[in-house]
Amino acid sequence: MVIKTEPFVVNIGPVHPSTHGVFRMRATLDGEVIVDLEPVFGYLHRGIEKLAEERTYTGVIPLTDRLDYLASMSNNLAYCLAVEKLAQIPVPERAQYLRVIMAELQRIASHLIAVGSFLNDCGAFMTPILYMIREREKILDLFEMVSGQRLTYNYMRVGGVSQDIPDEFLPALKKFIKVMPTFIDEYDQLLSENEILLARTKGVGILPEELAINVSAAGPVLRGSGVRWDIRKADPYSLYDRFRFDIPIGSIGDCYDRYRVRIQEMRQSVRILRQALEQLPTGEVRGEVPHLLHPPVGEAYAHIEAPKGELGFYLVSDNSIAPYRCHIRAPSLINLTALRDMIIGWKVADAIIIFGSIDICMGEVDR
Amino acid sequence: MLVPAISPDWPGGFWLHWGVFVVIILAFVMAMVMGFIYLERRGVGRFQVRLGPNRTGPFGILQPVADAIKVLLKEDIIPAAGDKLVYWLAPVVAFVPVLMVFAVVPFQEGALLADLNIGILYVVAVSSISLVGIFMAGWGSNNKFSLLGAMRSVAQEVSYEIPLVLAIIGVVLISGSMSLNDMVKAQNIPFILLQPLGFLVYFIGACAEINRTPFDLLEADSEIVAGYHTEYSGMKFAMFYLVEYAEALAIATITTTLFLGGWRGPVLPPILWFLLKVVCVFFVIFWIRSTIPRVRIDQLMAFAWKFLLPLALINLLVTAAEVVVLPEGLPWTIIFINLAIMVILVVLWSRFLRLGGGRVEV
Repeated sequence: MVIKTEPFVVNIGPVHPSTHGVFRMRATLDGEVIVDLEPVFGYLHRGIEKLAEERTYTGVIPLTDRLDYLASMSNNLAYCLAVEKLAQIPVPERAQYLRVIMAELQRIASHLIAVGSFLNDCGAFMTPILYMIREREKILDLFEMVSGQRLTYNYMRVGGVSQDIPDEFLPALKKFIKVMPTFIDEYDQLLSENEILLARTKGVGILPEELAINVSAAGPVLRGSGVRWDIRKADPYSLYDRFRFDIPIGSIGDCYDRYRVRIQEMRQSVRILRQALEQLPTGEVRGEVPHLLHPPVGEAYAHIEAPKGELGFYLVSDNSIAPYRCHIRAPSLINLTALRDMIIGWKVADAIIIFGSIDICMGEVDR
Repeated sequence: MLVPAISPDWPGGFWLHWGVFVVIILAFVMAMVMGFIYLERRGVGRFQVRLGPNRTGPFGILQPVADAIKVLLKEDIIPAAGDKLVYWLAPVVAFVPVLMVFAVVPFQEGALLADLNIGILYVVAVSSISLVGIFMAGWGSNNKFSLLGAMRSVAQEVSYEIPLVLAIIGVVLISGSMSLNDMVKAQNIPFILLQPLGFLVYFIGACAEINRTPFDLLEADSEIVAGYHTEYSGMKFAMFYLVEYAEALAIATITTTLFLGGWRGPVLPPILWFLLKVVCVFFVIFWIRSTIPRVRIDQLMAFAWKFLLPLALINLLVTAAEVVVLPEGLPWTIIFINLAIMVILVVLWSRFLRLGGGRVEV
């Protein structure tokens, strides 16, 4: 006798410990195996792109903080670059360096959360993420010094940054750069060679190179699949052409590769920080920018290598004080498009870690 | 310190003995569970570079009490579409067998409720009944996550029972008895030394039995929310919480009794030795919990059937041969042989067994 079985639909999310926000995976299960999966999102939609059309160019900056709230500095940077491109505003050199420093610190902070929560998804009960949060605190302290905020910094401005760094910032940053490599080694040693982690992540959730390119994936997800593509090298913005750093890549594009790429990127970020600190000039941190910007009619697209991938802002100006259209190319959303192909055929437990290894932030997916 | 054995009917008479020990066991389980909860929360806090609970009483020692009061005051929710009777019975069915295990555990020589001559068989039989309660919880909740968790638990516990029992048989062979009291008396050398491989298999199997990391699949919070007790709240949830820790306590006491020499030890009174060993075993359990990730369900099964089962069988074979060939052999010879066998086998197995991959074409 054959027992008749039928597939079984489970809604993973929108309120679930491991969906990193209000994301829903409508999974059809055959036993534990996922035979179909439909990502459902939009629960956090706040209409940021539309709201941006109602605000002045400077007034949009706080909105960008709320996109990927784990990497507000990077969002600020991408938006300011787009406005500067639109209005042809030069940026003083010191401000450029400060921007690079903030963006790289932000990358480390974001990757710490990504790696930590990924390990948490693998079932390492809270320990790795708390170790990572310990170092992230130091970065948040640094950001608090410069902006007064710990999550939504609103630090960068069109034509520079909002204010110069305080006196205590540089010694604290130097200390951080000095100790961070040992902490990264510690994170690497926590679980990278652990047999269970290897069994859970090696070969799991493979995103083939071709598919990664075809879905326009970016950031560690793309690099994990072995594509040496980084906007910082491919289309240098700010002053990234002045720094020496490597682009770590994975080999086959499984969860383990993405995890390793993130850890390696933190090392490279520390390297960039060290160089930026050596080269940091004195001078103005904000150029002469009119109080109300009226960029000439036209359009501009600026993209940066945000921690989660290529973050782009596309702005259209009609010579008024507000953008006519603001479109955001959110890396989290675009990296998610390959989710179904990556998850199908794997088990529920794998779905969680594959999803975790993409490292998304719902604020950015839904905007 | 030599404490004279307690007579089987202490403090006199069958019913008095029965009554006194029931009270002792209940008090022991409750007190130890509270102690464990405190210990685990503080200990895991330390492992996770944080302080752990420290607000209620000195060093947060009243935290379990506060937790218990909080959970008692919570609203008791029964899912509208759930199977109400099953849902209501599940925590009881899960809890009673765990409590029953302690009936045969000697706290010191002769100090046990019933010195069954099939003590360990009774433990194995009774402790697996709580699985029924867990499956009832998963079924009665009418929640998909609960059902997934419950189905995982059935698969897991049925598989891990086998290496667990085979590892216990090794101890039975050496001690020549199935009574836990006699097993402790037979341990002039703790059986962890005579049966290192058996201990390893037993301890891993036990961790899987009580659903502790890395085998906490049935309540894997990052995957299926809270598994079988997702829908439970209030006192019923507290019962499951109690079951979880009481099971850990049961496993710690059985491990102590079977492998660590039970209440035996120099200088300190037996009951202190017993508690000390139990707490040490529990410490190892939550140390593992706060350190390593979780395995996947198919890896879990593969681990039981491809790794633990052959090891347990080999261990049984070797032990049986030793009992026949070296009945009065020097224990140090046996210890050396068994340790060498364990090291060789574990290294070999870890070379050959690979648990990665596992994609299914759909």
